[in-house]
Amino acid sequence: MKTSAQKREFSLNVNGVPRNIRAYPAERLLDVLRYLGLTGTKEGCGEGECGACSVLVDGRLVVSCLMPVAQAEGAKLLTIEGVTGNQRFRSLQETFAEGGGAQCGICTPGMILAGGHLLERNPAPTIEEIREALSGNLCRCTGYLQIFEAVAEAARRCAGT
Amino acid sequence: MRSNPAEFEWAAPATLEEAVKVLAGDPDAWLPIAGGTDLMVQFAAGTLERRRFLNIWNLGELRRIDGFPGELQVGAGSTYTDLRENDIITREFPLLGRTASWTGGIANQNRGTLGGNVANASPAADSLPALMVYGADLILTSTRGDRRVRYEDFHTGYKRMNLAPDELIRTICLPRRFSGYISYARKIGTRKAQAIAKVCIAAVGRLAKDSTQLMLEDVRIAVGSVAPVPLRLRNAEQLLNRRPLDEARVELACKAAAAEIQPISDLRSTAKYRAQIVNNLVREFLDTLAARERER
Ligand SMILES: Cc1cc2nc3c(=O)[nH]c(=O)nc-3n(C[C@H](O)[C@H](O)[C@H](O)COP(=O)(O)OP(=O)(O)OC[C@H]3O[C@@H](n4cnc5c(N)ncnc54)[C@H](O)[C@@H]3O)c2cc1C
Ligand code: FES
Ligand code: FES
Repeated sequence: MKTSAQKREFSLNVNGVPRNIRAYPAERLLDVLRYLGLTGTKEGCGEGECGACSVLVDGRLVVSCLMPVAQAEGAKLLTIEGVTGNQRFRSLQETFAEGGGAQCGICTPGMILAGGHLLERNPAPTIEEIREALSGNLCRCTGYLQIFEAVAEAARRCAGT
Repeated sequence: MRSNPAEFEWAAPATLEEAVKVLAGDPDAWLPIAGGTDLMVQFAAGTLERRRFLNIWNLGELRRIDGFPGELQVGAGSTYTDLRENDIITREFPLLGRTASWTGGIANQNRGTLGGNVANASPAADSLPALMVYGADLILTSTRGDRRVRYEDFHTGYKRMNLAPDELIRTICLPRRFSGYISYARKIGTRKAQAIAKVCIAAVGRLAKDSTQLMLEDVRIAVGSVAPVPLRLRNAEQLLNRRPLDEARVELACKAAAAEIQPISDLRSTAKYRAQIVNNLVREFLDTLAARERER
C-alpha cells in the first residue's frame, strides 16, 4: 500500500530550550537531534543494540534510534550537550577523561548519560550495579574496566569521599 | 535498507477509546506502536509491511498497574522499568521483575512494554514463560467491547495469536495466589543483556509436608525458545505434583521435559543442545526447591 505522511510541527524541549521543528512523525529522534546540530548523540548500530544514541527523555534513558520523534513531543530531552549544569554529569566527564574511560569517544556520550541515569537513582552503586546499568552500551576501545571505574570514582566524588 | 519516514502515516489518539476507533476504521492497515523496541528495529531494517503507525505509547489507560484483592491488573503499556519498580510485582510475582531485568539494557527496559512482548509473540521472548506459570489472563479491547482470554491459549502458532485485527491488548491479569511459592527463572544466552535467549525458563512450586515426607505441590514450569510458542511443560508437571521430591522423580521429570519440547536448530543453537539445556534447567529448578526447603 502506498501512503505518504506530511511533515508536521513538533514542540520539543531540548536541554531546557523549547524548540519547534518540522519533521515526519516517524523520523528517528536521533536524526532530528543531529539535524538540530546536536551531533554529540552518535549513531552506532541504528537498531537499539549499542547505546551510542542514548539520551534522557523525561529523565529516563532511551535509545534515540528507536524512538519516532512524534513520541518525544512535549517531553523534556537531555542530550550530552546539555549535561554540564549538573554536578553528577560533570564529575562523570572528569573521571572519564582522567581515567581513560574515553578513547575514540563514540560510545562516550551514551556511557556518560547511562552513568548519570544510574547515579541519579543509586548514588553509591556497586561495580555489579554499574555493569548492569551500562550493559546496553557497547565500547569497542576501552575494554570497559576504565569505564566502570570512572563511574565508581564519579560516585565517590559526588558523595564527597 | 532503512525505511523512509516520509512513507509512514502517524495517528496519535489521546485515549484508548479513540485508539480502538481508529484501528476499527481499517484494522489491516494500522500498526499499533508502543515502545517501538521491536517495530523500530524492523523500521531500521526496512521490513515493515504496514505504513500507518497507531501510537499507543504512554496512553494512560494502558500504562497503569492496579492491585485488587484477587488479582493484579497490569496495563499492556507498562514498561519493564514500571514492572521492576512495582512493589506488588517484586513481592508476589518476582519472576516478572527478574525477567524484566534481563530484557535488554536499561534503555530497552524504559521503552519496551509487556503488551508489546506478548503481541510481538517471539517464541524466545523473556516475559512469556513467567506469564504462563502465573496463569495470566488477557483483557483484549476493541470497539466491539472487551473480552477476557486465558493467556496460556493465546499463542496458536508461530507469531499467530488469538487477537483480532481490530483488537488491542489492554490488560494482563495475574491471580494473586503465588506469594508463598518458590520461584526460579533463568535465561541461557550468549550474554545476559541484549542477547536473545537460546532457552529461557520460568517456574514456581511449593513443597508441603505430608504426614511423613515432603510432597511437591502446584509445580508450574514454562519455557521459551524451544517451540513455535512459549510452552507449559504439562507432562513434567504432572509427574511431579503430589509426589515426593526424590532423585528418581527428578530424573523422570527432566526426561519428560526434554521430550515435551519441539526445539529447532537455528543460528543460536542446535535442537539437541536445547533439549539438554531444558533437562538441566528443570533439574536446577528442582534442586532449588529442595535447597530452599532445607533452609527453612
Ligand atoms: C536491544 C534490544 C534488546 C532486546 N532484548 C530483549 C530480550 O532480552 N528479551 C525479550 O523478550 N525481548 C527483547 N527485545 C525485544 C523487545 O524489547 C520486547 O519484545 C518488547 O517487549 C516490545 O515491546 P514494545 O512496546 O517496544 O513493542 P513495539 O515494538 O511497540 O510493538 C511490538 C509488537 O506488538 C504490537 N503491540 C504493542 N502493544 C500492543 C498492544 N497493547 N496491543 C496489541 N498489539 C500491541 C505492535 O503492533 C507490534 O506488532 C529487545 C529489543 C531490543 C531493541
Ligand atoms: S545507534 Fe541507537 S542503539 Fe546503536
Ligand atoms: S571509546 Fe571507542 S567505543 Fe568506547
